[in-house]
Amino acid sequence: MTDTAPAAASPALAARSVTKRFRGVVANDRVDFEVAAGEVHALLGENGAGKTTLCNVLTGLYRPEEGYVEIGGKAVRMHSPHDAHEAGIFMVHQQFRLVQSLSVAENVVLGWTRHGGTWFAPRRVEPEVAALAEQYGMDVAPQAKIWQLSVGEQQRVEILKALYRGARILIMDEPTSVLTPQEVDQLVATLRAMARSGSAVVFISHKLPEVLAVSDRITVLRSGRTVGTVDTAATSAEALAHMMVGRDVVFGDHAAAHHAGGEVVLKLEGLCAENDMGTPALVDVGLDVHAGEILGIAGVAGNGQRELAEVIAGERPRTGGSVTIAGKSQQGRPWEAIDTGLGYVPEDRMGVGVAPGLSITDNLRLKNYRRGGTILRNKKATEEAEELIRRFDIVARGPRTLARELSGGNLQKLIVARELSSGAKVLVVSSPTRGLDVGATESVRTLLADSARRGVAVVLISEDLDEIFELADRIAVLYRGRVTGVLNRGEADVDRIGLMMAGEVAA
Amino acid sequence: MIPFTIRFEPRERLSRWINIWVPVAAIVLALVIAGAVLAVSGHNPFTTYQQIIQAAFTQPGAFTQTLVSTTPLLFTGLAAAVAFRMRIWNIGAEGQLYLGSIAAAGVGLYLQSLPAPIVVLAMMVSGAIAGSLWAAIPGTLRAYFNTNEILTSLFLNYVADYLMYYLIFDSTSFWRDLTSPAARVFPQGKTLAASGNWPALTIFTIAVPLGLIVAVGVSGLLWGMIRGTRYGFEMRVMGDAPRAASHAGMNIRRKIISIMFVSGAVAGLGGASQVGDFRHVLDPRGLEQAQFGYTGIVVAALARYNPISAILAALGIGVLTNAGLALQGPNFPIGLTGTMEGILLFCVLGSEIFARYHVRVHRTRKPLAAHRAGQVRPAAPAAAPVEMALTGGGEQAS
Repeated sequence: MTDTAPAAASPALAARSVTKRFRGVVANDRVDFEVAAGEVHALLGENGAGKTTLCNVLTGLYRPEEGYVEIGGKAVRMHSPHDAHEAGIFMVHQQFRLVQSLSVAENVVLGWTRHGGTWFAPRRVEPEVAALAEQYGMDVAPQAKIWQLSVGEQQRVEILKALYRGARILIMDEPTSVLTPQEVDQLVATLRAMARSGSAVVFISHKLPEVLAVSDRITVLRSGRTVGTVDTAATSAEALAHMMVGRDVVFGDHAAAHHAGGEVVLKLEGLCAENDMGTPALVDVGLDVHAGEILGIAGVAGNGQRELAEVIAGERPRTGGSVTIAGKSQQGRPWEAIDTGLGYVPEDRMGVGVAPGLSITDNLRLKNYRRGGTILRNKKATEEAEELIRRFDIVARGPRTLARELSGGNLQKLIVARELSSGAKVLVVSSPTRGLDVGATESVRTLLADSARRGVAVVLISEDLDEIFELADRIAVLYRGRVTGVLNRGEADVDRIGLMMAGEVAA
Repeated sequence: MIPFTIRFEPRERLSRWINIWVPVAAIVLALVIAGAVLAVSGHNPFTTYQQIIQAAFTQPGAFTQTLVSTTPLLFTGLAAAVAFRMRIWNIGAEGQLYLGSIAAAGVGLYLQSLPAPIVVLAMMVSGAIAGSLWAAIPGTLRAYFNTNEILTSLFLNYVADYLMYYLIFDSTSFWRDLTSPAARVFPQGKTLAASGNWPALTIFTIAVPLGLIVAVGVSGLLWGMIRGTRYGFEMRVMGDAPRAASHAGMNIRRKIISIMFVSGAVAGLGGASQVGDFRHVLDPRGLEQAQFGYTGIVVAALARYNPISAILAALGIGVLTNAGLALQGPNFPIGLTGTMEGILLFCVLGSEIFARYHVRVHRTRKPLAAHRAGQVRPAAPAAAPVEMALTGGGEQAS
């Protein structure tokens, strides 16, 4: 369609010196950002660097206190996301906004009044949706119901929704965190096709290799300010990391020092369980985890990882098999697992890992309050909380701060602090660094590696293969609830694991 | 087209200050609206309010009467608050109170020859136990079969009501008076002996019922329990995030049942107090008409489920109830007092939205601002706050 070169005149979408404060904290401090038609522009930054705030300003959810947004070179004042949509700006959020029981085509037209009128005729748009999917190389059937689709396919539906509604500027928030390596390749192809056809794509990510692979230009945010914009061709991972954190980051290899081969402290035999819908989610899972090792569990989201973690923690009933922690056979109750020495960092932080309406102190004692008497010792708990806040570098106003006021990274540090300070023998962690910035990711990974070094058996469930390769001594792959293979790290490579994750080969 | 839109934006933090002035403003607003209603219906609002104050506080015996109205509402308010705090919706305080009355009346009659302190204590204990067992039925069903406790506890109210009627009207039960001449004309319960009459504490001219003192004590106990005990900690976690509670190894089933026990025991105590403090007889009609259990839900809501605030809330509703009774007469229909109560509750409970949200009023602009409408100001220097108002316009987009 149009020329692929970024328009020389005015950018498709720009933030000019945007400032936005919350509760006196400056989330965006005179941020400048622009994305041109025909380019994929990555937005990079640590958690709390202000990426989400900036995107919410760009999509009309927040109004900037100072500065303004420009669309096609014209300053605008948007009052709601609706205004942004009319200007062709769409965002694909990490949590999809799809109706599970409706079809792809129905979701695409849902709430969109282009066809006008009261009558809702998704059948009529099916060919149109199919053509759009075809044009951008997306493999998805318009008649399929959302619940039948994989996470990657659901993401394509979100993109289709935006395209169908006339998106000229698409903002993708952390789009790759739920995808297999193969799905990531497809996504990249789609985004490139969009750029070729003259759209502007904003790609938010923490993962440097991905950003380098997909983008034309990169803007880095740090502490609410723009650090700079660079051409992707002229930069490197090290340079970007330096821009993000303001210091040099050493990309560690944490695995080397573990002393694998300790005694078995977590033993799973013939484990079976069902998911929330009552269909089998785990089938005959058997694993031994030794003291001092990190066992990585790889797999695409929804292949039994959540159920595996919950069954070990006693939070989900098993339909067969046995769990043995530190030599003690488990009946399957959460308090029993905690008392036997299981630490568990759940996938969902808010609402499961922590109670959002309670203070940091209360959340830190969530698993050891039982050790005291009937009367709580509030003062002692507060002192212990202060100590943990210091030791684990949790950024908060104080121990009375409510958990819901913490950022994602600090929330995760709180949970990890609680689980590690209780003296666990086995630690099950689910997606421990999802959504965390480079700095917090490094410190969480260091904590995990250190605890393995001190003799804790760590089960690392993660969809991030880089993380598993960085930390794990052994890698087990889950596919449709079965362990399709366990590889030593030395004999594993990304392609092979990726194929196993897709169910193509067994070990 | 309406020229402005109203938006509600969540406040980032609730300040203490706002928690005080919003309810106060709501009460003032309610008085103004109710005053208008009074004026329209031909009553002078100022004399009416004066009468309310007299009937509730200043007339001889008025405040004592207000405390009589307050006592049961504090019990049922606490019963609701403690359960609601954990998001267990016990609507059954009404029936649990009936059961408390039945048990306390039965025990008071059975033990009437014993010394008064023993009888009074036995009445309290039996009332609490009966209420808690009644509440444990919906609690157990919820814990093990995940039934909706709103429905089961509500329907058990009707069962308890019929049970009470059966004992007095439709049977020759132990509770029913079958001897006195009055009871031959109209069925009624046996009256308790003096040993079962709870003493009142008289301060100046005000009689404070023993039940009220117990209820205030229960408020303090519940407050301390929620704040400072393991049990209360589990309550707070479960009320805030049930999944975090089970993740932390709390036994949710046991907890649901035990909180229903506590809630029912408090309501049952209220029933015992009705028999011991005030009625001295099992009085199905009186209890049914009073609807203490349901009004207790309003008390709990006004107190935001805080046991200490519940004392104030119960007193407030007590004042209204008592004043309403005093105002009623040929010129002042009961519907009008109900209307006034309704206006007040609506304003106070509705005002919560102002405590939780900022209300912002925006002028409505033409659909889709800038690049379509075309009227755009040039990029301004970034330092100053820039108002990019786009109120539509005639210029063509370039």
